[in-house]
Amino acid sequence: MSGFKTNNRTIKWLDSRLPVFSTMNHHLIDYPAPRNLNYLWNFGSLAGIVLVVMIITGILLAMQYTPHVDMAFDSVERIMRDVNYGWLIRYMHMNGASFFFIVVYAHMLRGLYYGSYKAPREVLWGLGVIILLLMMATAFMGYVLPWGQMSFWGATVITNLFSAIPWGIGDALVTWLWGGFSVDNPTLNRFFALHYLLPFIIVAVVFLHLWALHAFGSNNPLGIDAKGPQDKIPFHPYYTVKDLLGLGVFLIIFAGFIFYAPNYMGHPDNYIEANPLVTPAHIVPEWYFLPFYAMLRAITFDIGIPFTGITLIDAKLGGVLVMFGSIIILFFLPWLDTSPVRSSRFRPLYKLFFWVLVVALLVLGYVGAMPPEQPWVTIGQIATAYYFAHFLIVMPLLGKLERPKPLPASIADPVLKPGPATNQ
Amino acid sequence: MKKLAIIAAAAAFLGLAQAPVVQAAEEVEIPSHDWSFSGMFGTFDRAKQQRGLQVYREVCAACHGLRLVAFRNLADLGYNEDEIRSLAADYQVEDGPDENGDMFMRDGVASDRFPAPFPNENAARMANNGALPPDLSLITKARQQGPDYLYHLLLGYQDPPAGVEMMDGMYYNAYFPGHQIAMAPPLMEGAISYADGTPATTQQMAEDVTYFLTWAAEPNLEARKQMGMKVILFLLIFTGLLYAVKRKVWADLH
Repeated sequence: MSGFKTNNRTIKWLDSRLPVFSTMNHHLIDYPAPRNLNYLWNFGSLAGIVLVVMIITGILLAMQYTPHVDMAFDSVERIMRDVNYGWLIRYMHMNGASFFFIVVYAHMLRGLYYGSYKAPREVLWGLGVIILLLMMATAFMGYVLPWGQMSFWGATVITNLFSAIPWGIGDALVTWLWGGFSVDNPTLNRFFALHYLLPFIIVAVVFLHLWALHAFGSNNPLGIDAKGPQDKIPFHPYYTVKDLLGLGVFLIIFAGFIFYAPNYMGHPDNYIEANPLVTPAHIVPEWYFLPFYAMLRAITFDIGIPFTGITLIDAKLGGVLVMFGSIIILFFLPWLDTSPVRSSRFRPLYKLFFWVLVVALLVLGYVGAMPPEQPWVTIGQIATAYYFAHFLIVMPLLGKLERPKPLPASIADPVLKPGPATNQ
Repeated sequence: MKKLAIIAAAAAFLGLAQAPVVQAAEEVEIPSHDWSFSGMFGTFDRAKQQRGLQVYREVCAACHGLRLVAFRNLADLGYNEDEIRSLAADYQVEDGPDENGDMFMRDGVASDRFPAPFPNENAARMANNGALPPDLSLITKARQQGPDYLYHLLLGYQDPPAGVEMMDGMYYNAYFPGHQIAMAPPLMEGAISYADGTPATTQQMAEDVTYFLTWAAEPNLEARKQMGMKVILFLLIFTGLLYAVKRKVWADLH
């Protein structure tokens, strides 16, 4: 780690007054990273790049878009038909939203698998969960803007969730959110304003996320701390080139969707202009919300004191609490997991339950797209129960019951001399 | 290898995420038809599109609008400026107000969009037994498997199966959700005489008009697919080079 050196006098002059160059050097060039990061560590930088792509395409779209209920749909079609390369920019933005979630979900699952949320990275993880919440809000409001049928009805269903809050607060809150008595022009206007604002807040939280990351550096597939300089390599050129290679692969898949299946992840009903008088046969959210939508709908029963008929939490409020709780619970993950070992590589039981969780999430995603009928309701309830049990019961218990495999002495040890201790 | 596994996992996840949405619509299985515009190298067929325009103008346009398509867009179909000008002039378009403050009708010009067949929704419902004929500008994107659906819907009229009670003024259609459609069978054998002499069978008309309406919904489809080729070819080479660079940079570590 050589520190920043230059012979350019202008750069020296500026850097002594505002150390941008030495800071960039410190965080992007010399920054020491574990030498054994695998390709799953690419998703962090990919998420950052997708965020930038979304902001650039979004600003270009905003220059042509009209946030008015009578004009929004047609202004999007004008972008698609009459604006130079408008179709390209819009398809990038539309599919970019889906790919942002793909990348971030992969990034989170990597963190779960390798225990990246554990001490001393609890704040790093918590900031990530905040980014996820902000992304969800941004994506939801963005989906409303084209003012198609799913935009309108999705907005109606989701904003109505707040009416589940008791004591008369809910209904008043929903009216306040709408700016009226239904999803209408004021709603569209404020959603546009917030959809433009939130990405910049995401950028700010991403900086905090990176700040927290650079306090201790990346976790790694072995989940053990670096023992010395032989365990680390400078970020540049090793990880700049590795991240770029991952970006290349990502862009090929991304371009495949943009150019050959641009509407694959969308819903055809959103090419029908919003009509408050016609409800679509099935209102489904975008695919990346389906697991949470399934959890929302899993609570089909009131929760009360048995045999007294007293209802404490009705089914609707219960569903809302479960849905939001499914994200909030992630904040507590670093303390729910009681095992001192980070990586699943040395935790045979946890590894098994990790994959059960992944299956539960896929099942929830499938159930979320199904009509609320049997057998989907019961399947959704079982998967929801497992989701919460995984964090509240399995994780605390596994730390006590599981006997982890022996950890390698250092990162450099198994990397330089691959032995039977690792299974990768 | 790991990279491939990740890609495969992502693709499988997308497949899983998408599949149920299709099934949730409780629709009949729609057979897929062979379209020249599907696939990576897909292009439109100008002759079919032009015939499809004729079908739209002589059959569909009586009830269905095409409000997002302008006459100037027909240049995509291979018409020249004079042809577009004279085609537009066949339509009467409301303009104004003039200096007296009155609205007036004038011949259409290339920059006009196809005029709506009815002045408003109520008039459209009045003339159609209470049903509202949808605008066709985006119809192939607004339905699952749009082009296949449209083609089979146009040919899907049948006698109702025994035991199916038809509502007043409704027609049985094998592909319409719920099977009861307010639109009378629109295509009759030989109902129009094609300018290019092609025999106007119902299949021919259904296919031609689907070509036309697919273009109307996605006029940039050809440009998109051609650009995609170049972009992906570039990315493949670029990523290949990055792979070589990565191997070289990392070689001294292993």
